[in-house]
This record gives sequence, C-alpha cells and structure tokens, in this order.
Amino acid sequence: MPQFDPSTFSSQLFWLLICFVVLYWVVSKFAIPRIGDILEQRQRVVQDDLDRAESLKSEAEQALADYEAAMADAREQARTLMNKVTSDAKAAAEARNKEIGAELTSQISDAEQRIAAARDQAMSSLTSIAADAAKDAASRLAGLDVNSGDAEAAVSAAMKGNA
Amino acid sequence: MATEEHGGEAAHGPMEQFEIIPLIDLNLGGYDISYTNSALFMTLAVICTFSLFWAATRKRTMVPSRIQSIGELMFEFVAGMVKENVGKEGMKYFPFIFTLFVFILFGNVLGLLPYSFTFTSHIVVNAALAVFIFVAVTIIGFATHGLHYFRLFCPAGTPLPVAIVLVPIEIMSYFIRPVSLSLRLFANMLAGHVLLKVLAGFVISLGVFGIVPFLAVGAVTMLEIMVALIQAYVFALLSTIYLNDAVHLH
Repeated sequence: MPQFDPSTFSSQLFWLLICFVVLYWVVSKFAIPRIGDILEQRQRVVQDDLDRAESLKSEAEQALADYEAAMADAREQARTLMNKVTSDAKAAAEARNKEIGAELTSQISDAEQRIAAARDQAMSSLTSIAADAAKDAASRLAGLDVNSGDAEAAVSAAMKGNA
Repeated sequence: MATEEHGGEAAHGPMEQFEIIPLIDLNLGGYDISYTNSALFMTLAVICTFSLFWAATRKRTMVPSRIQSIGELMFEFVAGMVKENVGKEGMKYFPFIFTLFVFILFGNVLGLLPYSFTFTSHIVVNAALAVFIFVAVTIIGFATHGLHYFRLFCPAGTPLPVAIVLVPIEIMSYFIRPVSLSLRLFANMLAGHVLLKVLAGFVISLGVFGIVPFLAVGAVTMLEIMVALIQAYVFALLSTIYLNDAVHLH
C-alpha cells in the first residue's frame, strides 16, 4: 500500500505545509474579505431599502391621516355652510312672507274701505231712487203730485222703520 | 496487499492510483521534498480555490451570478457552521476552518477526476492536519481556561464512582480524536477509490456483461461525489466541535 511507504512522507508533509499556508493566505486575505464585503454590502443595501420602505410607509400613513383630517374639515365646513344657507333662506322667505302678508292686508283693508264707500253711496242713491219711485207711484196711482222733498222724507222714515 | 503480490499486474491494480510519483526531484537537508503528483494536486486545490473566489467576486453584483452564489454559499455554509458550534468568539478561527474545508473539499473532488490523484487518501496528510488541529485545540483550551481545561475530562457534579470510570474514557476519547479524524477521511477516500477501480476492472473482463459494472461505476461515482463533499464537511465540522470544547468547555 503506497500510503504506508515512509519514504514519501517528508515530501507530502513539506508540500502540505506549503500549500496549506498558501491556501490559508488566499482564503484569509483574498476570498473571505471579498465575499464578506459582498455580503455586507448586500446586507446594507437590503437594510437601506427596508428603512426607506419603512419611512415611505410612515409618510404614506401621515398623508392618509392628513387627507382624512382635511376631508373631515371640508365636511364640517360644508355642513355649517349648508346650515347657514338654509337658515338664511328660511329667514328671507319669512321676511318676504311677512311683507307680502302686510301688503295683502293693506290691500284687503283698502278694498274693504272701497266696498264700504260704494255701499254707502249706493245706499244714499237708493233713497233718492226709492223717493223718485214713490213719487212716480203716487202720481200715477193717486194722481197726487208729491213734492220730492216729502217723498224722500217718507222713504227714509219707512227705511228707518224697517230697519 | 493482494494485488501487489501479483507482480506485473500490480501496475493496474486498485492500489496503483495511490502511488506517489515524483515529478521534480528535490532535496532539502537530506529530506526528500520532491514535487510529486500529490503536491501537484495540492497546488491545483490552491489554484482552484483562488480561481473560484476570483471568479465569484469579480463582478460583485447585488443579485449574485451562479459562480458568485457558489462562493457565497460556501462562505455562509462554513461561517454558519462555525457560528453555530463555537459562537461569535469562534469567528477568529473561521479563516482556518474555511481553509481546511476548501482544501479537503478540492482534494476529494479533484481526486474523483479520471487519472487524477487524491491527496486526502494518504493517511500522512490527514494525520498531519488532524494532529495540527488536536494540538491547536489543546493549546487554545489551556490558554483560555488554564488548568480548568482538565474539567473537560470530568464535568462538574459528577459523582466519584462515576468519575472513576468516566475520566479514563474521556481522556481516551480526547486522545483518540486525531486518530478518528484522520482515519475517517482516509478510509472513506481509500475505500471509494478502490471500489471504483475494482468495478472498472470488471467492465472490460466481463465483455458484454460489462455494462452492469459500468452502470455501477456511474452510480458509485455519484455516491463518491457525495462522500467527497460530506467528508470535507465532517472534517471541518468535527474541528469546530473540538474548537468549541476548547473555547467553552462544557
């Protein structure tokens, strides 16, 4: 078995030492720093990205909260505006109602006065018409010539008696 | 070994693949330090490691390319293993464990290529690594805990009758560590390669029916790739576990 030939041991051990030391140097000064660098850099980039995502997320949440506050504000404003407008409109309507009511009332009282005047006039002319009619009737039926002043007095007396 | 006794056939026996062949004869103070096929594959392991990590870290992209993924995967695999077993204090030994892992990994994997040589199939290489780890762990243990490190052999609160039995067992298991560590890797590599070679020998000698061992060679090669990875992992894992004992005691 070649493994148990001691004459080869010295060269194997010598070259093992050389190669292992060289390899150790390669690994510790070349491979590990470079790979470690890459991994660290990646770790950093990933961490940065995560941090950025976190800050963006909080920013977005802030924006959402702002938006909701603005929305609530606007809604509140709209409500007060609405209330004001309706109450204004109501007041205006009431005022107009009152105005129109007053106008109508005055018109009604005017008309009533006019009607009363017309009736009084009609009443007074009725007396003279009735006196005329009575004088006419007296002259035609009894041949009496009643003077118009007497007729009028008789009519008004009769009207008073009727009343 | 039986095959070696057959003389001429030994050249094609299952043990031939483990032969150390000097490529450049060298001598240092009377010791033979020839550059051999074993040394060549150790050099290749270093070159492969360098190439892999050079290619993996060439572009440094946020989203890794395939080769970069392999590099990162290996790094995180071993780093995770050290962190998990030894904790943060163990990270200063991470370069060593990582070196150990890739060295054995490439030794095993390169050895699976046809006509190649597997330097981890030589007990002396594995033993040297295992003894180094054993000595280093012992030194770290005493440096960290002083004489309290002997507590490792007798956990606090052990009743005396138990301790009488336990302490020798613990001491024995401590000193058997380098042996089991190196033998495990050695035996796995040796057995796998011998099995492959024996099966491959049947492919020709069985003629048409050689298809059966041929398929078996394919299947065993798959298995051996797995074994190559697992043994590199096991070697590194056990080293971190021993290291944990030294750093944290129980």
